[in-house]
Amino acid sequence: MGTMVEIQNLRKTFGPIVAVDGVSFTVEKGEVLGFLGPNGAGKSTTMKMITGFLTPTSGTVRICGHNIEDEPIEAKKRIGYLPEGAPAYQDMTPASFLTFIGEMRGYQGATLKRTVSETVEKVNLQSVLNQSIETLSKGFKRRVGLAQAILHDPDVLILDEPTDGLDPNQKHEVRTLIRAMAQEKAIILSTHILEEVHAVCSRAMIIAKGKVVSDGTPAELEGKAPTHNTVLVTIAGVDSLVAHNHLMTVKGVKKIEEQGRDGDLVQFRIYPDDGQWILPDIGHYAREQRWEVRELYPDRGQLDEVFRLLTTPKQTIS
Amino acid sequence: MGRIRVIFKRELAGYFATPIAAVFIVIFLLLSGAFTFYLGNYFARGQADLVPFFDFHPWLYLVLIPALAMRLWAEERRSGTIELLLTLPVTMWEAVAGKFLAAWCFTGIALALTFPMWITVNLLGEPDNGVILASYLGSLLMAGGFLAIGSCISALTKNQVIAFVISVVICLGFILSGFPLVLELFSGWAPQFLLNAISSFSFLTHFQSISKGVLDLRDILFFLSLIAFWLFATATVIGMKKAES
Repeated sequence: MGTMVEIQNLRKTFGPIVAVDGVSFTVEKGEVLGFLGPNGAGKSTTMKMITGFLTPTSGTVRICGHNIEDEPIEAKKRIGYLPEGAPAYQDMTPASFLTFIGEMRGYQGATLKRTVSETVEKVNLQSVLNQSIETLSKGFKRRVGLAQAILHDPDVLILDEPTDGLDPNQKHEVRTLIRAMAQEKAIILSTHILEEVHAVCSRAMIIAKGKVVSDGTPAELEGKAPTHNTVLVTIAGVDSLVAHNHLMTVKGVKKIEEQGRDGDLVQFRIYPDDGQWILPDIGHYAREQRWEVRELYPDRGQLDEVFRLLTTPKQTIS
Repeated sequence: MGRIRVIFKRELAGYFATPIAAVFIVIFLLLSGAFTFYLGNYFARGQADLVPFFDFHPWLYLVLIPALAMRLWAEERRSGTIELLLTLPVTMWEAVAGKFLAAWCFTGIALALTFPMWITVNLLGEPDNGVILASYLGSLLMAGGFLAIGSCISALTKNQVIAFVISVVICLGFILSGFPLVLELFSGWAPQFLLNAISSFSFLTHFQSISKGVLDLRDILFFLSLIAFWLFATATVIGMKKAES
């Protein structure tokens, strides 16, 4: 069965506050789903319900066919979870902590030892195995949290901000690790670093005010950006008005914005009709005009533009 | 059962990994010794028993047990490990029982380390060792009762100081519930059966009857059912409060 996580109409209210408002989706094996959304959008609350920590007000969560409320033990056995901030028992060492988690997951004796040492190798914890967790750096603490989540090789991996607070090298390591596991598992991770979506996710979901506002591949998401497939061109030694009017005659051009001037250089952003691919036509036209083109490149659209577009309330002009 | 054992083991090791174990045990032994010999006039009484030793246990526990219990759940909530623990394949009661049993076992260890008292009294005279054994059992049961109360209060808050203070007050109420201080609060208006019920909750009365050497099943059941009730309350409170971080 390919569907690992099945969520239907999930809702959670805290008194009058609606934290999660009717979220439904499924995650298949091999998918890495990125949860995006502003702080307080309901990402963590959703994850806490998927992992069985919080009881939903209504709606159902199924992990590999097991309902988290009716068969919590069976469902939880199949989940590896890294809670926000990677909590761990601070007075334990990574070795004793991972052994504890292994025992809780039902490992014993030689199998337990082997599983712990394999996991330690995967996340590179060898050098700090016998130091107490409270003395470790943020990067190592996060790796300890990741280690406890993947120790039992779970089918479903839920990671709440796995790279938050890490330096660029550590982020890279964690992402490499996630990508390496992606084939075998269904992974859900939350982040507000948009580059991370490109780096690891096969699918991105934007949540705002407890609702799913967008769900698709990172490329599809970029397609929603107003600057998607626009062309940026910098030309030397032309009159900007003349060039502007000339460019408007190219097929497929909808709108041109002057981006700036520097000496005799002028830069335009050219918007296509219906997001079509006009870069070759622009290049061709500029060559025909014998313009001195200094720069010519496409803009696929920025995720953070889409993010802002979808998660900020629309301003109404009255 | 296996997972209770795993949690139990981790918790118990946790006491000894931190200074908590050393501080608690040393203070417990020092105070119980000091109370027995100075306040209890152990030698002057000229009797070969441990009555003055056990008489001070309720008061010793009143301060020390809430201090031990205050971190049980408050610490898990403060550090966020409660989310880790409860998303492992474990039921709520396994987690509550595992943590409680570890704390109870730890007080048992502290209590067992008072064995020099027992040796001393046996060297000095010929005490009734059956009574002493019963008293130890009673003391352990009472400690369990205090711990279960502390466990529940600890689940209510992530502030350990608040957990400590409230636990002390509730434990004091249970120690004194057979005494005028508590009973007079109710005597003006409450019906007689309620007064009887309240006074029957006195830890002191039940403990004293056990430590006379009379192992009445009712006294044992009193403490065991009290522990069960407060642990059930702990699980309920955690279920309700875990959403608040």
